[in-house]
Amino acid sequence: MVASLKRQFGSGVSEASTYLGQSYMVVDRSLVPEILQVLRDQEQFDYCVDITAIHRPDHAKQFEVVWILYSFPRNERIRVKTAIADGEAVPSSVPIWPAANWLEREVFDMFGIHFDGHPDLKRILLPEGWKGHPLRKDYGIIQQDSEWVQINLGIESGQ
Amino acid sequence: MTEPSTYISHLELGEKDETYLDSNELIINMGPQHPATHGVLRVILKLDGEKVLGTECVIGYLHRGVEKIAEHRTYTMFNPYVDRMDYVAAVSNGLGYCEAVEKLMNIEAPPRAKYIRVILTELNRIASHQLWLGTHALDIGAITPLFYTFRDREEILKIFEKYCGARLTTHAFRIGGCQYETYDGFEKDVKKFLDFFRPKIDEYEELLTTNRIWLERTKGVGRISDKDCIALGVTGPVLRASGVRWDIRKAQPYSGYQNFDFEIPIGTNGDTYDRYLVRMAEMRQSVRICEQAVAGSPEGPIMAKVPKVIKPPVGEIYHSIEAPKGELGYFIVSDGSTQPYRLRVRPPSFVNLQALDLMVRGALVADVIAVIGTLDIVLGEVDR
Repeated sequence: MVASLKRQFGSGVSEASTYLGQSYMVVDRSLVPEILQVLRDQEQFDYCVDITAIHRPDHAKQFEVVWILYSFPRNERIRVKTAIADGEAVPSSVPIWPAANWLEREVFDMFGIHFDGHPDLKRILLPEGWKGHPLRKDYGIIQQDSEWVQINLGIESGQ
Repeated sequence: MTEPSTYISHLELGEKDETYLDSNELIINMGPQHPATHGVLRVILKLDGEKVLGTECVIGYLHRGVEKIAEHRTYTMFNPYVDRMDYVAAVSNGLGYCEAVEKLMNIEAPPRAKYIRVILTELNRIASHQLWLGTHALDIGAITPLFYTFRDREEILKIFEKYCGARLTTHAFRIGGCQYETYDGFEKDVKKFLDFFRPKIDEYEELLTTNRIWLERTKGVGRISDKDCIALGVTGPVLRASGVRWDIRKAQPYSGYQNFDFEIPIGTNGDTYDRYLVRMAEMRQSVRICEQAVAGSPEGPIMAKVPKVIKPPVGEIYHSIEAPKGELGYFIVSDGSTQPYRLRVRPPSFVNLQALDLMVRGALVADVIAVIGTLDIVLGEVDR
């Protein structure tokens, strides 16, 4: 299946393979959301399991966005990955899978990645008004938005 | 299928314009300190009289940054942290994590370890469903089931305590197998519990299944179709109650579940009552699995050959298990060091909670309580 998609999309799919028995493909940012739509409509990946991201500060394109998909009819999983630069946005997949709503909000909250066309992109786990995106590698483990903590909680530090 | 836009509620909060007082719509706040929200969940409800027009969940009150912590701990050190996510099913969390790391390192737990894991995980599934039943019935107004379920859940916790010393956050498994061999009389204790527990399920059912108040409060409440479940990524008993016969233990077996004979109970209507029936039937199936596992558990080592320092090769893995609440997945990215480069937890409660809005639209405020209960969320897992 991944091989046929590679043929269909040509050089946009830079890598399509399996690792430890799990298929994945790395696609160009310009193919999103087209390839996701194809995966749902033609390849029957009807269930969006998870959307997440990986921060790699040493890469030119710092962020990798990962879609983990599952197909009920085929009983198969696939991972789709795309690399983007800091500040670059990804088209939202909420129109394809409504499940993407909160998952994309979490990625936005934790990494600061914007999803174009998301109906209500705002922080989900951290309070609104918080500064910084904790899952970026340059965010320290004990770092916090002390200004927010002092104003809103009335304490010196949340640690 | 419903248009995607109907899944998203737009509550225009904070806009107290001139028409606000004249309008019939009322915005009220439920939680985060509310006994029926099962933790610190805050739901903002938009009401027309007692009818719910829309909801918005505000979550994150229990956010501890588990995924960030994982990047700063070794694989072994992170193991106890996963118990603190879904703390009423800590054993399942540990199983998913250990198996994911094992898969990444290409090792497999020995058969005996797998059987011990299955026994404890299924006991934990029963304990989780018992806690759900007790609190869910309490929310709806039936007090008695809570005492019954907590009385019987105690017996499971005693087995956990005797096995590993902890009752709730058990940290029962290790990467590569189990740390402890079962104690003397473990099999006897489990068998004794199963014989004791089987008639207890009938006892719970006698209290509720044909109870008129229970039927009135649950039948047709919080209905969700199979298509909507799949579109919203809802898994676990909620998906099965809508008629989808899908359970990861059968679809993509792990930890030797293919060796056991059990069924996947499903519902037809996808309402709160069907979800109740599905979970009751699941407890019976768990008893069946435990019986087979106790009878057939092989002798042998309980720990695979695992290097002293756990250093998975560069690569990434997604592994998921059927937790009591749905699909619990771990996505681990390794850079070849002793600490995960990135660890993502796919929590079932977080994704299932997204369906709340769709399920309560057009219902009454009292039904919101019933639906929160029937979704069986644990806020420790939603917020992580």
